[in-house]
Amino acid sequence: MLDLVWLIPALPLAGFLCILLFGRKLGDPGAGYFATAMVGASFLVTLGVFADMMSRTAEERSHVRTIFQWIPVGSLKVDLAFLADPLSITMCLFVTGIGTLIHLYAVGYMHGDSRFSKFFLYLNLFAFSMLILVLGSNMLVTFLGWEGVGTCSYFLIAFWHEKDSAATAGKKAFVTNRVGDWGFMMAMFFAFWAVGSLDYSVINHSVLSTSTATAIALFCFIGACGKSAQLPLYLWLPDAMEGPTPVSALIHAATMVTAGVYLMCRISPVLDIASDYAGWIIAIVGAATALFAATIAVAQNDIKKVLAYSTVSQLGYMFLAVGSGAYTAALFHMITHAFFKALLFLGAGSVIHGMHHEQDMRRMGALRKLMPITAITFIIGWLAIAGVPPFAGFWSKDEILFYAYDKSPILWLVGLVTALLTAFYMTRQVIMVFYGTARWNDAHEVHGAHGDLHADDHGNDHGNGTKPHESPWMMVTPLVVLGFLSIVGGAINLPFSHATERLLIWLEPVVVVRESDTSKLPLAIVAIVVALVGIALAVMVYAKHRVKPIEPQILADAWGYDRAVSNFMGGPGRQAFDGVAWADAHVVDGAVNGTGALVRGTAGKVRKLQTGNVRTYAAAIAAGVVLLLLWFVVVRGIL
Amino acid sequence: MIAAIATPTTTWYLLLGAVLFSIGVVGVMVRRNPLILFMCVELMLNAVNLTFVAFARRLGDIGGQSAVFFVMVVAAAEVVVGLGIVVAILRRKPNATTDDMAELKG
Repeated sequence: MLDLVWLIPALPLAGFLCILLFGRKLGDPGAGYFATAMVGASFLVTLGVFADMMSRTAEERSHVRTIFQWIPVGSLKVDLAFLADPLSITMCLFVTGIGTLIHLYAVGYMHGDSRFSKFFLYLNLFAFSMLILVLGSNMLVTFLGWEGVGTCSYFLIAFWHEKDSAATAGKKAFVTNRVGDWGFMMAMFFAFWAVGSLDYSVINHSVLSTSTATAIALFCFIGACGKSAQLPLYLWLPDAMEGPTPVSALIHAATMVTAGVYLMCRISPVLDIASDYAGWIIAIVGAATALFAATIAVAQNDIKKVLAYSTVSQLGYMFLAVGSGAYTAALFHMITHAFFKALLFLGAGSVIHGMHHEQDMRRMGALRKLMPITAITFIIGWLAIAGVPPFAGFWSKDEILFYAYDKSPILWLVGLVTALLTAFYMTRQVIMVFYGTARWNDAHEVHGAHGDLHADDHGNDHGNGTKPHESPWMMVTPLVVLGFLSIVGGAINLPFSHATERLLIWLEPVVVVRESDTSKLPLAIVAIVVALVGIALAVMVYAKHRVKPIEPQILADAWGYDRAVSNFMGGPGRQAFDGVAWADAHVVDGAVNGTGALVRGTAGKVRKLQTGNVRTYAAAIAAGVVLLLLWFVVVRGIL
Repeated sequence: MIAAIATPTTTWYLLLGAVLFSIGVVGVMVRRNPLILFMCVELMLNAVNLTFVAFARRLGDIGGQSAVFFVMVVAAAEVVVGLGIVVAILRRKPNATTDDMAELKG
């Protein structure tokens, strides 16, 4: 069964090709169900591989399936090969599992869109690329998937490209990701230079010098910063919310943005021998991002923007864990986060759908009676992300905070403040959307956020006077499944004893595991108290109206970072690039053209020697022979 | 005494070869008729052949004689191709000289 690992990415690829050829014929909703079935089948294969892997001993769980030799150039040999091991299969499980649910959800959400089949075309291509990314047995195959998901992300963010902001957001995501990709490429060059191979098995098991390991680790981290939206490259992710909501849930919450964390875990043995400061840099960037994004989320009014900043913040948590050497904790949080953040996004999408494409939370309220299932599942997601036991998020977040404390109490404190803010802004969101007074019939003056450009069977009247309604079954089912997973997801890694840390035991053969003997219980209690305080504060402010909400404009503007970057890039940055372009046109091109002109000019003179007269040539040959003879006889003295 | 003088030595053959070769070289450089040019080339080849044979006999080495066969074969092939070209040229331009054939002038 392990040998069938190639089927996992092959099925979505087949789905992609079929929809490419017959998409229009399959139509709406046929293409959607077909795409869902392909990813679902991929999930079943993953389950099979997983079961097979479970039945083997820990040493036999890694298996490389080579499809063909991709690039054999000199000493560089790269195979298109898939690596099935506990880490990649764990990733595959939640990528295909959550992917299937979101595909199904999208059938309902995208119903009536004029480019319905194209949407699923991209979604299947995305699933394929993501699986290539996690299954690649060497950095180049991973990079192939890495670029693939970036491209699909671009297509899907700009899916409604008639809308200017969506087209711009797509470009922004693509360009920002390219900055990170540079880091990934540098890491590959370094790895090849140091060990002469790009295979993870070789890189992870060779004796690298500390400085080389540090370089590889930090360049990989730059790549991860781009893909996983960390400071300073986070700014594409909030804008990516211009895409359809299922895209936000699948790509920009559950799967693609975790690729950076996955990469760091994949090369964890390299990180382990890297200098201390590499870990510190990663942990500090992670903690700073977590806090930074959480403060911004407090002041957002767009239902999806809150979740976007929350995603950035949670990814920061994962990098905090990576930097603290707790790779299993990072992966644990990645999995639970995939559950509850996908749930929250899909819930938000359900609200947007039910509100006829209204995204401004100030125009919502009291939706729990009209959309009971969405409300209940959303509340589960809220409790999970806020870190209330026994929901999934509590266990994973606690694990990260614990290891952060082990690294440095200051990092732990930052994480704790972030947890407080997380509980606060999520409670704020739940209250604004599902509780309080109904505000959806108010006049449209404060219409800040724009709904998805999306014509469905409810018409385009933007809900003026129409009542919000619950979503169809294919949208509600994924919510219920994800809601269930958000409750019990923590069970895969409970900290009570070593035997209940199943994820840790499972990943131990492939990921570096760090031991620690700090007591977990006091920290857990502090974390619970902090979460409850955050919730209570938000209830005081937004439900009971005891305290006036503090939402300074600077937070709503994301600390002005976005504007600073665009001002810089538009001003001095642009001039610098113009300078580079000038140098390219004049210095580089000048050198090239100069060489050409020189050769051309010389040739114009020299070609006159070619008289075309046979007798001249004969004379030249004769003269040459005589000269050679003279050389041999007179100078060399032969004879 | 006369018999001794009249007995040809290797040097005679070499001198004859050198003379023939020089005539060939000068011919190629001076004459303009393509056919004459051709004959001069043949003359040079055969001058070389003569030298080969002379040395082979003098040194008792059969290698020189076998080289001659190669030269003859090559010369035959060259004549076939070369004469074909010459005939083709003369058909298009009767009485053409090599100086008229300067289309490849730079």
